[in-house]
Amino acid sequence: MYYWLKFTRAFEERISVLYKQGKILGGVYSGIGQEAVVVGACIGLEKDDFIFPLHRDIGAALVKGIDPGVLLAQLLGKKTGLSKGKDSYLHSGDIGLGVVGSTSMLASSLPVAAGVGLSFKMKKRNNVAIAFFGEGSTNRGDFHEGLNMAGLWKLPVVFVCENNFFAYSTPVEKQMAIEDVADRAESYGFSGSVCSGNDLMAVYKTVMKAVDRARKGDGPTLVECKTYRWHGHSEHDKALYRTEDEFLEWKSRDPIPRFELYLGQLKVLNKKVIEKTEQDIKEKIDKAVTFAEESPFPEGKDALEDVYQE
Amino acid sequence: MSVITYLEAIREALREEMQRDENVFVMGEDVGIYGGAFRVTEGLFDEFGTERVLDTPISESGIVGAAIGASLLGMRPVVEMQFADFISCAFDQIVNQAATMRYRHGGSVSVPIVVRGPSGGGIHGAIFHSQSPEAWFAHVPGLKVVAPATPYDAKGLLKASIRDNNPVVFFEHKYLYRRIKGEVPDKDYTVPLGKGDIKRKGSDISIITYGAMVHIALEASEILAKEKIETEILDLRTLSPLDKEMIRKTVSKTGKVLILQEDHRTLGIGSEISALIAEELFDELDGPVLRVTAPDTPFPFSPPMEDFYLPNVKKTVDAVKELASY
Repeated sequence: MYYWLKFTRAFEERISVLYKQGKILGGVYSGIGQEAVVVGACIGLEKDDFIFPLHRDIGAALVKGIDPGVLLAQLLGKKTGLSKGKDSYLHSGDIGLGVVGSTSMLASSLPVAAGVGLSFKMKKRNNVAIAFFGEGSTNRGDFHEGLNMAGLWKLPVVFVCENNFFAYSTPVEKQMAIEDVADRAESYGFSGSVCSGNDLMAVYKTVMKAVDRARKGDGPTLVECKTYRWHGHSEHDKALYRTEDEFLEWKSRDPIPRFELYLGQLKVLNKKVIEKTEQDIKEKIDKAVTFAEESPFPEGKDALEDVYQE
Repeated sequence: MSVITYLEAIREALREEMQRDENVFVMGEDVGIYGGAFRVTEGLFDEFGTERVLDTPISESGIVGAAIGASLLGMRPVVEMQFADFISCAFDQIVNQAATMRYRHGGSVSVPIVVRGPSGGGIHGAIFHSQSPEAWFAHVPGLKVVAPATPYDAKGLLKASIRDNNPVVFFEHKYLYRRIKGEVPDKDYTVPLGKGDIKRKGSDISIITYGAMVHIALEASEILAKEKIETEILDLRTLSPLDKEMIRKTVSKTGKVLILQEDHRTLGIGSEISALIAEELFDELDGPVLRVTAPDTPFPFSPPMEDFYLPNVKKTVDAVKELASY
């Protein structure tokens, strides 16, 4: 758990560097500050459970088993990326690992996750699907249609809301007249709970409780994780719509030192373990960067492939 | 062979595919006990039960999204839109989610869903129960679009659509549901997607059409035959991908083309066919490529206006005669 938390942070930081070096041409949507949500939610899943990560949830894809080199190749538009260069970021996935790419139309993955839950139920598979989304997208129809169907048919889906208080630049109080997105679950016949998205153990325990419920056939749950993105909506966005004080306050709630403190109390973490972990991660990310950078671009005419299945 | 209606042909296709493959299931508004607004799914609920004939809330986008999700695990959902007009509510799921899924997953995923629904006018359904939205979807790479005209084609094409591994949008013409009967084989068969069909052979003028307009073209051709004008009628059957080979063949044969389309004029299916002919078959033409279509307005309600709006036999005969004069 600690490894993936640290790995996700280091991976995100390296992506920012690659972006600043001009090596990533498309948008970069940093999840720095929100790592505890995706790591905590995915770490306890089975291989054949499904996740629907959003653009900011790169850690979810990593935890679920997507190779970091392939993921970076995806960001660089390389032929070895998940989509073979056809789309960027987490619009792609790997069905074999239970990772489904999202579109840019936020919350449109939620009915699809409900559909995966429906087929788990029809095929009598003891699996769950986790759909990630921001608080902003809970104002779209697909959020409500997806949750309504999941509640109605008691589908094994966990809806994990990353409430980072901003939809791009628009603060949550300008988006909805309620404080907690979790309250929306009740109108679809299941429960919603709020937890700190910067507390890895809190996310893990809350999501696993929901996962257990889903596996037992007790239907969906909405888990709202309050968190904060340190960077702008994308890397070009300086996020001047937020105050410095607010940012510093949230930075002081960094999920990594918080989890280190917890592990320290359990006496399972020491300087040596930290150094070893950081070294391992650096080596693995270096290798991933080399793989992605050395990978070839697709040819222009490759754009014509994979539109239809013959 | 048995003679059945267009609607019964669609129901038979659904029933037989559900019997053949347990992964096939239908979902939509009122498709269960009620049997669907047009009774297409009547009897399926009794035979297959509530799980495989799934009544849904009024959530077109959600239903299609759920079908996409189910298909990722090997299910083959057939979604009913109560009216094809309502498909606009599911536009994003079909166009951005289903149509791009395979492409953005590098060819490693398929989305074998069928979204079917009654389209077209002539039943005094007014704006939101009469539209022909096929061109919206034929414009989208990654989707297949089907619009049958006969019971034989409806059954064979729906079976082929269910067995196809790509998302298919299947437009059933509601005017034809109970008005058109035809012979359908008793044993299993499919009609391949992407293949047109010559519904009438002729050497003078080609009428390229689809859906309910095939029957208008057939009626018109009888009148024209009495005046010694022999028309060849190409029923496209699938609108995406188009059967370009068959279009080339009939145009090369007659040199004169009328495109007959119920949908309104601008950027309809006929526009694409006209462009294709202009680009590839210019030397074969002995006259302009003409179109008979509805005008560019929303679909009108009052009977005199609906009659004025829709293409009919007279408009078709007149257009063919105009072409004959070249």
